[in-house]
Amino acid sequence: MTAKVIDLATARVRDLNAALHADKAHRHWKVLNPAGLHSIAAGVDAPVTVEVDGHVGYYCAGMNQHASITVNGNAGVGLAENMMSGRVHVKGDASQAAGATAQGGTLVIDGNASARCGISMKGVDILVKGNVGHMSAFMAQAGSLVVLGDAGEALGDSIYEARLFVRGTVASLGADCIEKEMGEAHKAQLFARLKAAGLDGTVDVSDFRRYGSARTLYHFHVDNVGAY
Amino acid sequence: MSFTTFPRKSATFDDYTLSEIRRAAATGLYDIRGGGSKRKLPHLDDLLFLGASISRYPLEGYREKCGTGVVLGSRFAKKPVELKIPVTIAGMSFGSLSAEAKEALGRGASAMGTSTTTGDGGMTPEERGHSSILVYQYLPSRYGMNPDDLRKADAIEVVVGQGAKPGGGGMLLGQKISKRVAGMRCLPEGIDQRSACRHPDWTGPDDLEIKIEELREITDWEKPIYVKVGAARPYYDTALAVKSGADVVVLDGMQGGTAATQEVFIEHVGIPLLSAIRPAVQALQDLGLHRKVQLVVSGGIRNGADVAKCLALGADAVSIGTAALVALGDNDPALEAEYNKLGTTAGAYDDWHEGRDPAGITTQDPALAARLDPVLAGRRLANYLAVLTLEAQTIARACGKSHVHNLEPEDLVALTVEAAAMARVPLAGTDWIPGRGTY
Repeated sequence: MTAKVIDLATARVRDLNAALHADKAHRHWKVLNPAGLHSIAAGVDAPVTVEVDGHVGYYCAGMNQHASITVNGNAGVGLAENMMSGRVHVKGDASQAAGATAQGGTLVIDGNASARCGISMKGVDILVKGNVGHMSAFMAQAGSLVVLGDAGEALGDSIYEARLFVRGTVASLGADCIEKEMGEAHKAQLFARLKAAGLDGTVDVSDFRRYGSARTLYHFHVDNVGAY
Repeated sequence: MSFTTFPRKSATFDDYTLSEIRRAAATGLYDIRGGGSKRKLPHLDDLLFLGASISRYPLEGYREKCGTGVVLGSRFAKKPVELKIPVTIAGMSFGSLSAEAKEALGRGASAMGTSTTTGDGGMTPEERGHSSILVYQYLPSRYGMNPDDLRKADAIEVVVGQGAKPGGGGMLLGQKISKRVAGMRCLPEGIDQRSACRHPDWTGPDDLEIKIEELREITDWEKPIYVKVGAARPYYDTALAVKSGADVVVLDGMQGGTAATQEVFIEHVGIPLLSAIRPAVQALQDLGLHRKVQLVVSGGIRNGADVAKCLALGADAVSIGTAALVALGDNDPALEAEYNKLGTTAGAYDDWHEGRDPAGITTQDPALAARLDPVLAGRRLANYLAVLTLEAQTIARACGKSHVHNLEPEDLVALTVEAAAMARVPLAGTDWIPGRGTY
């Protein structure tokens, strides 16, 4: 099936999203001239592919379900926020809060992600080929964050059960986040994430260190007062 | 010569204060509780209505109609919410409340043609099923948030703050984190769950505007978008919510309740509802959007006089939380013996976070929850909502109004200088409004 093309130089984002929501039978979509507009391909709920040629603004692919959305450019704040399933792939860099609160699916960022990448993530698998900014995976509940580059300060602050894998340096760990042993099960999980991003055979899982929750803040106690 | 003097306790260090100091010293943690502020605050009781005499002409009670309907979300949404009465049920989470309590709220509200609201924990099928009009809260925690539920909702309420704790996050202690609650929130069973105090992916009104646009895009611009703020800086917060594109502003005063938060927060952060309404209305008037962006207020509403006063001060509707729980059966004196076992008394029980509520309302214990009959409790709530509405209508008619929305500040006077200044109505018997013209 040929791709249905929507040119945002002439159409509105509303026209694009209305079409994506209404026409679930058409499987391939191409979006031209996104020009940093917000909410591009937000709320898609179908196993379609959407290719965006250019840079997108805030909340691209927000709450995506089932769709595979590729951005041939950079993405603004809140990329794939609260994604439920499917896959979002950004070929450039992503701004703050990429994958925020996302409950499922896969988010791949070829470049760098800014602050708070994976904040409050709830099951999504995020892979960043570059670096992530400070406070990434803050209050991360579930899922995985794989960073091939470096992580900024306070990585995993107040983390719950999400798993973090970083190949480069970590500026500092946040409250209740500790380095953990990389067991075989963890290596297998990491390998699966790398494979899903097309990086199997090119990146060695042994290069990564794993971080997660010390679980010391799971219950409030006066002895932890310095961490609150 | 010897004298026996009468022992005198400090007004500053009263018995309650002393007990709190001792508790803090023993545990090392602040007190966490549910409910709202318990100390006396400036309230709507400090206002009175001026019934019609010669200068105004009253309507006949029980004969001449007095409308109560209200439409919320007419600014941008394709499908505004139409309520039969100007009283809605405030957001209260499944997790904080039992499924039976949520069902009862839905039954009672639906019977009266008004809405209920989800809370920090997502939407349950039971709640959607029993609420004919359901507002879905979009909270900082985003627990259980998903687009399917957004589309099932009749309106979306972006929660920025809550009256009991503006600027604060929530806290649901592990005792209430059942398997189901934990699953809905993607967190381990039994741990103390924090709810964030701020949204993770926007940081100010410019971002909020874009966030609201995203929610509209996801739901095809059908649902009204409410923005809820805890009363603290109501003029500016209302103006910025409007700037951000809100269809409805929900303003929650400090007498509003909470599932569980720090006592010091409940009692010392935020401002009373009485002082919050007029600045919010002023913001809407200054923007030329009063009655176009609707204002829903909450925080300590108890009777039809409270409802009528809020409407007269410029609100379009009110919302009730604590009062609704009482209507269901919370703190019922019939359970006094059981409250005594918990170290408290009916009317004072506020350890909702412990999950041991003998009324079966603020609990996740299946045996306790089963005590609440959702049909009977729903009937009680419907009765209470009907009384609130009838009382507000009665007052409106006495002021000569054929719709409760026709009530106006000129129908009110204040009993105290403080209330006159806060509500911007004259002190009774005078034409003096302290501070008029300074906001």
